[in-house]
Amino acid sequence: MSTYAAAKVVAAREIRVKLRDKTFIFSTVFFLLFAIAVTVLPVLFSGGATTVAVADQATATRLQQQEDLEVRVVASDAAAEQLVRDGDVDAAVVSGPEVIAMSDRPGDVVNALSTQPPVRLLDVDAVDPFLAYIVPFALAFVFFFTSFLFGLQIAQSVTEEKQTRIVEILVASVPTRALLAGKVAALTLLAFAQVALIAIVTLIGARLAGLDRGVLHLLQPTIGWFVAFFLIGFVMLAALWAGVGALASRPEDLNSSSQPVQMAVMLPFFAVIFFGENDLAMRVFSYIPFSAPTAMPTRIFNGDAALWEPFVSLGIMAVTAAALLAVGARVYEGSLLRTNGKTSWATAWRSRTTV
Amino acid sequence: MSRTHSRADFPSVEGMLNVESVSRSFGDRAVLRDVTFPVGSGKLTGFVGANGAGKTTTMRIILGVLAADSGEVTLEGRPLTREIRQRFGYMPEERGLYPKMTVHDQVVYLGRLHGLSSSAAEDRTTKLLERLGLGERAGEKLEKLSLGNQQRAQVAAALVHDPEVLVLDEPFSGLDPIAVETMVDVLRDRASSGVPVLFSSHQLELVERLCDDLVIIADGSIRAAGDRNALRAQHALPRYQLVVDTDAGWLRDQPGVTLLDLEGPRAVFDLDPGSDDQKVLLAALERGPVRSFGPVVPSLTEIFREVVR
Repeated sequence: MSTYAAAKVVAAREIRVKLRDKTFIFSTVFFLLFAIAVTVLPVLFSGGATTVAVADQATATRLQQQEDLEVRVVASDAAAEQLVRDGDVDAAVVSGPEVIAMSDRPGDVVNALSTQPPVRLLDVDAVDPFLAYIVPFALAFVFFFTSFLFGLQIAQSVTEEKQTRIVEILVASVPTRALLAGKVAALTLLAFAQVALIAIVTLIGARLAGLDRGVLHLLQPTIGWFVAFFLIGFVMLAALWAGVGALASRPEDLNSSSQPVQMAVMLPFFAVIFFGENDLAMRVFSYIPFSAPTAMPTRIFNGDAALWEPFVSLGIMAVTAAALLAVGARVYEGSLLRTNGKTSWATAWRSRTTV
Repeated sequence: MSRTHSRADFPSVEGMLNVESVSRSFGDRAVLRDVTFPVGSGKLTGFVGANGAGKTTTMRIILGVLAADSGEVTLEGRPLTREIRQRFGYMPEERGLYPKMTVHDQVVYLGRLHGLSSSAAEDRTTKLLERLGLGERAGEKLEKLSLGNQQRAQVAAALVHDPEVLVLDEPFSGLDPIAVETMVDVLRDRASSGVPVLFSSHQLELVERLCDDLVIIADGSIRAAGDRNALRAQHALPRYQLVVDTDAGWLRDQPGVTLLDLEGPRAVFDLDPGSDDQKVLLAALERGPVRSFGPVVPSLTEIFREVVR
């Protein structure tokens, strides 16, 4: 049997086991809810037309021209005020004109009645501040958690095979490369499927929630690029996760042996969260392979990235991924059969025991 | 005392599987030195040695889990490749399967890793588990099984692909007496179908009862290898036991006799080279009836003690 065929058998088992795994099911459901919440909730909260009671017909006609106002024409100012007091309407316009509301200043009603100076926008792409904050956060969050969860599962699955000692039977049956490739491929596929599902749900959710057309126009390429960056970004670390999994021979050792890889996922997450507003920092982050999966899509969303930039960044990531795959594979092979305690990176790097 | 054998020491036993001049070091420590021995087709070969003598390392090298520094392992004269090894069955000393997978699923999985098609793996797993008495437990997770049944699942994992060579590291350790008999049956059954079977064990009595050939290793070198009975004969001392009706103390004065043990009518003695055992028998008969007289055949334990000394 070829290494490729063996890797496929290994991958099929990993996928079958994970699809029955509660962690996997839970994280998928959680992220889907998260995606729906991020896209739909803001629209729901801001949405819902303001109801306004009016007695004067001319004012009513003027207010009715506003899409987001629901106008109720009443007999008198007193009746209008009573409706506000009863909570049946959000606001009332009485003669004066005077706007009445309970506790919140009804800004949209006031705006509708005011004369506003013309506005000329110089940077039409500028994004709603709420979205400008939530989109990088959501990208960083999804990348961090998915990459971390699935990466950790690669490591755990390797450690489990070491701890239960089945690894020796496996290594005697198929090349270690096939074991590694099968695991990495299976978990990458699952992580990618999860992220792609979230991306699709987000886009559909955004459309259904009636998100602004301009925002959708920005969101689509952002999410498209994010999925591509996620894929390379995950594969980049996958073999390292397997390597640190093999360094530990018990689950208890995994936390300390996987520390360096955990950092490689965690530090960029916080960096992008804290420096999201800083253009220069984000420009730098978008080329560092570990932070690029979050930083570059954010810049694309903000309209700051030139067309060629994501390609260059992806290229850098691909090269890094190739190098780290080799490192991870070597550490994995060097420590897989050392079942006595924790193996050091140096020992694993030096020893290539298997045929 | 150097007893390191080269191939020339047992030219008559050319096995199907041959370990040829294999050496291996871990760092500065030489674990195997020029290890050579055959494993005959259709034979049970017992692999005996103290802890740390190099048994597990040798087996791992046969399976390709470890690489040899020098030397090679051949099957019917051809050096082993990944493809050939894939048809080997292996039970490592440290057992293990996936605790959370069902018995059936993991035996199928291991069958597939050994190159079986999906349907063939399913088919053989069902039959094998049935034969090992695990048919009803096939759908349960391994961790739910009793220890004895887990051991049987482990045997199934080693046999699912109908291996052409079987290598088992301490297959009897931790087995209850019933499981030992099951394992003995399985090994005999495999061997009788022409498969070379190599197994290691600490239980010398069991090895003595079971195996056709013996390989004794100490400090990383082979001290003895070959047919069990031939080895016994080869290591037989000129030692005899005599049982008469009365006290056998007179043996002390018999020329060429060194008395080792005397309990009234029963005596164990060595004969000097060149002395005739029949003369001692005649002398005994002159003094009365002889109930028993014959050479003392060394047990495996004795041979083992002698060759690893």
